[in-house]
Amino acid sequence: MKQTRTIEIVTGAFIILGFVALYVIATSATNIGSYGNAKGYVVTAEFNNIGGLKPHAQVTMAGVAIGRVSSIKLDPKSFSAVVTLQIDGHYNEVPDDSTASILTSGLLGEQYIGIDPGGSTDFLKEGSTIQYTQSALVLEKLIGQFFSKATAPGSK
Amino acid sequence: MKFLREPYYILLDFLEMLGASGLFLLHLLRYTPHALRRPGLIFQQVFTIGAMSLVLIMVSGLFVGMVLGLQGFNTLNKFASTSMVGTLVALGLLRELGPVITALLFAGRAGTALTSEIGLMRATEQLAGMEMMAVDPVRRIVVPRFLGGVISMPLLVGIFNAVGLLGGYLVGVVLMHIDKGSFWSQIHAHVDFKEDFRSGIIKSLVFGAVATLIAVFEGYYAQPTAEGVSRATTRTVVNTALAVLAVDYLLTAFMY
Repeated sequence: MKQTRTIEIVTGAFIILGFVALYVIATSATNIGSYGNAKGYVVTAEFNNIGGLKPHAQVTMAGVAIGRVSSIKLDPKSFSAVVTLQIDGHYNEVPDDSTASILTSGLLGEQYIGIDPGGSTDFLKEGSTIQYTQSALVLEKLIGQFFSKATAPGSK
Repeated sequence: MKFLREPYYILLDFLEMLGASGLFLLHLLRYTPHALRRPGLIFQQVFTIGAMSLVLIMVSGLFVGMVLGLQGFNTLNKFASTSMVGTLVALGLLRELGPVITALLFAGRAGTALTSEIGLMRATEQLAGMEMMAVDPVRRIVVPRFLGGVISMPLLVGIFNAVGLLGGYLVGVVLMHIDKGSFWSQIHAHVDFKEDFRSGIIKSLVFGAVATLIAVFEGYYAQPTAEGVSRATTRTVVNTALAVLAVDYLLTAFMY
C-alpha cells in the first residue's frame, strides 16, 4: 500500500511539473500576451509599396506597440497593397487623420508600421481607413535614383 | 538473409508492417473509451513511462540547451548580435529539438521497456493466460500503456524545453554575460505562441503516439522466444528513430 502511495505522489508531481513547464514556456518565452487582448478594432491602410512588411509585424505609435498587422492583400484594381491592422482596444483615441508609414528597425531589422498622430478630433474606429500613408523605402530604388541623378547631364 | 531477397519482398514486408501497425492502432483506439473508465491503470503507466524518464529528460535538456547557447553565441558573436542567442535556443528547442530528441530518448528509455515487458508477457504465455480468463490483453495491458505514453510525451517535451531554455540562459547570461533583459526581450519578440509553441505541442503529441504505438506493437507481435524479444526491442528503437524523423519532416512541411 505504501509503495502505491509513493508511486501516486511521484506521478502527480510529474504531471504538475509537466504542466508548469508548459505554462512557464508559453507565458515567459512566447508572445502570448499579444494574443490575450485581441478585443481591439481593425483598420485598413493602402500603401503603394510595402517593401518587406510581413503579417504579425508590429504597429507602433511613438515607439510603443499598439497593435499588429493581421493581413496584407493586393487590391486587384488599384494594384496597391491593402494592409489590415489590429489595434488594441485601449488605444481607441487615435485621430483619423493620422499618417501610417512603413519603417525599418535598425539597418537590417524587420519592418513595422509607425503611426504619426494627426490633429483631428475624430478617432479611428472599427473598419475605418487610414488616409495618409507613406510607403516603404526600397533601398535599391533610392540608390538607383541617386546614381541616375548624379550621372544625368547638366545636373550640377 | 533478408537483404539478399528481392527488393520486391522487402517492399511487401514494409507495407505489411505499416498496415499491421495501422490496424493495431485502430484496435487500440476502439478500446480507448473502455480504458478511460479505469484511469488508475493509465496513471500507473504515466509513472513508469513518464515520471521514471524525468531525470534523463532533464539532464539531456540542460545539456542540449547549453550546447545550443554556446554554439549560437560563438556564431552570432561574428555578427555582433549575441542578444539573439535566447531566440536561437528557444526557437530551436520549441520547434525541433525538444520534440525530436525527447522522442528519441523516449524510445530508448520507455519504448524498449514497453516492448520487452509485453514481449516477455507473450513469451511466458501470460497474455494467453489472460485470454483464457476472458480478459482481453489488448484492453487490459496494451491500451493503458499506449495512453500513458501519449499523455507523458507532451509533458516530457515541456520539461525538456523549460530545462533547455534554462541551460541556454546559464551559458548566455551567466557565463557569457549577455544582457539579461535583451536575452528575454528577443525571445518575446521572435517566438510566436501559435506558430512555434503550439506546433511544437502538436509534434510532441504525434511523436508520443508514434513512439508508443511502435513499442507496444513490436512487443505484442514479438516472437515468443528470448531471441525474438531481443530482436523486437532492437526494432523498436530503430523503427521509432526512423518513423519520428520522417514524421517530423512531414509535420514541419505542413505546419510552417
